Amino acid sequence: MTTKRRDFLTGSLSAAGAAMTANLAHGQEHPDHEHQSVPSDPTLRVKALESLLVEKGLVDRNALDALVDTYENKIGPRNGARVVARAWVDPAYKARLLADATSAIAELGYSSKQGDRMLVVENTKKVHNVIVCTLCSCYPWPVLGLPPVWYKSAPYRSRVVIDPRGVLREFGLELPEDVEVRVWDSTAELRYLVLPERPAGTQSLNEEQLAALVTRDAMVGVARVAPPEAGGKP
Amino acid sequence: MNGVHDLGGMQDMGPIQYERNEPVFHAPWESRVFAMFLAAGAWRKWNLDAFRHAREVLPPADYLLVSYYEQWLSCFARFAGQEGIGQRG
Repeated sequence: MTTKRRDFLTGSLSAAGAAMTANLAHGQEHPDHEHQSVPSDPTLRVKALESLLVEKGLVDRNALDALVDTYENKIGPRNGARVVARAWVDPAYKARLLADATSAIAELGYSSKQGDRMLVVENTKKVHNVIVCTLCSCYPWPVLGLPPVWYKSAPYRSRVVIDPRGVLREFGLELPEDVEVRVWDSTAELRYLVLPERPAGTQSLNEEQLAALVTRDAMVGVARVAPPEAGGKP
Repeated sequence: MNGVHDLGGMQDMGPIQYERNEPVFHAPWESRVFAMFLAAGAWRKWNLDAFRHAREVLPPADYLLVSYYEQWLSCFARFAGQEGIGQRG
């Protein structure tokens, strides 16, 4: 049974690899959908499903519009950046954030089902943290919004737990050997946010200017926050 | 259960495909699936655990090949069908 299953998985992986190669060769954004179990035109299928649910009174179109607007325009990494900037300028807030992230984040008005329990992990000169969800796509929605495609993808999820330094290098982040790397695997019940190091040369910046330096990638842990002279926009 | 979704530690999945200035959704239909999925939480018959289970029982090859929101659509449509929600009349 085990062998059979492994053979099947190996076959699946080869198929994925072949699709990826074909994908690259044709310069397409998404893999070839030849073997998928859903119809190739999701637009039509989604329209039909939505019409049906609206017709049955099970969903309200305005409520759907509002949800889309919230996640496209209101909830995103700017929230997390404000949490990080507050922690940088207010030591008491930072202490609360590291002790009980869920409450400290809620203090700034950010909470939802997808971030019920939060843990903030702090980067220092000697420790670098990075987050992943190897099993699914868990991500701290209230502070970062919805995850990017790469975060949900097989290459990131499979590799960051066995070769974090290699993965970080792929993102352009080369860590010195003496920096310990910690990888945090998220679950639906506990989600992580990285508190990046405050960059040098930012003493004169206020909280808002600091927040503008903080990127989504830095809060996932695949980048550092760059000082203003290196491209940040205070 | 060590299904294909348990990706941690698997090898040879290829390079990470990073997209600069990535939009939240790549097509309007993705945003509609996402919103219907969230709104359906109010029916109290469907939650995150049910979704994860539905996604984890997708055929392994589909799990690796089909785009993320197409998987959502597939899982959500199957759930709606099971509940008789997807039928007219």
